[in-house]
Amino acid sequence: MAKRITATDVAAYYGGFKAIDGVSLTIEPKSVTALIGPSGCGKSTFLRTLNRMHEVIPGARVEGKVLLDSEDLYGVGVDAVAVRRTIGMVFQRPNPFPTMSIYDNVAAGLKLNGIKGKQTLDEAVERSLRGANLWNEVKDRLSKPGAGLSGGQQQRLCIARAIAVEPQVLLMDEPCSALDPISTLAIEDLMTDLKDRFTIVIVTHNMQQAARVSDRTGFFSLEATGEPGRLIEIDDTSTIFSNPSEKRTEDYITGRFG
Amino acid sequence: MTTLTALRPTRSVSTAALYGLGTVSVLAALGLVRGAGSSSTALTVVVTGLAYLLLAFALVLAVEGRRAAVDRTFTNLAWGSFLLALVPLVSVIALVVKNGSRRFDANFLTHSLRGIGPRDSNGGAYHAILGTLEQVGLASLIAIPLGLLAAIYVVEHGRGWLVSAVRFVTDVMTGVPSIVAGLFVFTFWVLALGRGFSGFAASLALAILMLPTVVRTTEVVLGLVPDSLREASLALGVSRWKMVLRVVLPTAASGITTGIVLAIARVTGETAPLLLTALNFDSINSNPFKGQQAGLPSFVFAQAGQPQQAAVDRAWAGALTLLLLVLLLNLVARLIARRTRLKD
Repeated sequence: MAKRITATDVAAYYGGFKAIDGVSLTIEPKSVTALIGPSGCGKSTFLRTLNRMHEVIPGARVEGKVLLDSEDLYGVGVDAVAVRRTIGMVFQRPNPFPTMSIYDNVAAGLKLNGIKGKQTLDEAVERSLRGANLWNEVKDRLSKPGAGLSGGQQQRLCIARAIAVEPQVLLMDEPCSALDPISTLAIEDLMTDLKDRFTIVIVTHNMQQAARVSDRTGFFSLEATGEPGRLIEIDDTSTIFSNPSEKRTEDYITGRFG
Repeated sequence: MTTLTALRPTRSVSTAALYGLGTVSVLAALGLVRGAGSSSTALTVVVTGLAYLLLAFALVLAVEGRRAAVDRTFTNLAWGSFLLALVPLVSVIALVVKNGSRRFDANFLTHSLRGIGPRDSNGGAYHAILGTLEQVGLASLIAIPLGLLAAIYVVEHGRGWLVSAVRFVTDVMTGVPSIVAGLFVFTFWVLALGRGFSGFAASLALAILMLPTVVRTTEVVLGLVPDSLREASLALGVSRWKMVLRVVLPTAASGITTGIVLAIARVTGETAPLLLTALNFDSINSNPFKGQQAGLPSFVFAQAGQPQQAAVDRAWAGALTLLLLVLLLNLVARLIARRTRLKD
């Protein structure tokens, strides 16, 4: 169920401002791909073009091609809602639905897409919570509000919510930046588990994290403020961190820049 | 060199001392006001307040120092303003309850004014209560869905000039005097379309008055729902309308309820539009679509205009009914809002 993403010459705009330009890369199935780079280089923007969340912002648009296996996500007649169901997303800050219980938060994606039946939902909720390593902590209080959990638990709840709809790709936009080291570790372990089933793309500011969890790493950068961000290089994580082919990557990784 | 321990006050003014100060203030104020040859209670209260403010400042200054004295003074000022703001509210309620309870009985609530003269001591507002419930109910049926949908359009879907147009029109409508809304319905519905006076005509006028309040408050509350929740639901592959219906609206529910209750409460007491649209009526007319109909505000207006005490008493009882109605509405809305929230 994990699929390959191939982006070709992707450019993204916010109104008249070009945020990223000419990004072409391949994301391998059943692996973790990390995107690193300085602030404002467009890595989050690129991530959001992969499940058509970029265009949700008024005035934002995307050019180029993004293939999921062989299907163009921006092709004529492709439903953005269906794309997002196939490619899930976890955000920087945990954002459980405040009016819903833990159970309902996890079941939200299924319920809102019209899937009914208590048994189906019960199974999906347990499977997703187990998948997010949260089941044991919350199984006795599934009817309590999701907002009552700790930050790290909330983020794992959001991951459970995202994987409950059985996506093929999971995009994570700095999922640990609002969390403490222990919760971060829990999420990193989780990513390693999840990559058996999903294709994972993670944007992170933390290079150690990229080195720890990812199989491949892409480095984004921009020439100057106001210029669009570009993909500088993408390679196996070990290569990027030990022997990058681009000088700028090396400068960034060794802390000489950014 | 000041250390932190040096900054901590070594002595402090006890609560008992402040009570003592209060007593002294009352006595001093009484002495001053009486001494000046006045027996006004209001003046005594004001002088007591000022005396307490000054004395407390002096005492705290002497014992705890300047910073604590200023702090104490501003706390006292805040409390004083709070009490002052309560005065009109409490006195209105007290007056209505006191005068209204004279005729607020089962007879009043179950009988109309049919065949009752201004001098008769019986007769009630049943017909007016019924009329108000119908008129406000119908007005709510028109204005609430319309207002909610307009606000949802503006916040969730709207782009460009239409949004500014909706905002501008609601702003202008907020400022429309109620009698103008009444006149509009009178000329348009009652006269031009020839529908005649009816409870429904009143509902139309009330709906015009409710609409901007509903739109504005809903718009503000929807704007407070964090965008991250919208993104979270969109990222789950949920369509926009379901996102609004199942995530955004429930999150904003209690705020929206408050806004709606405020809008209903506002129009429940409107008198001017009723007089031009439903007129007034002494007997029960349960059909809001045909013939003139009473409403509580017009009932109060008509009864209060009579010179006889029995009629004036009915007017007060009507006012009390109106007050209780709005209070009841508030309570019900709060209960609904609480039920939709999750328990911790």
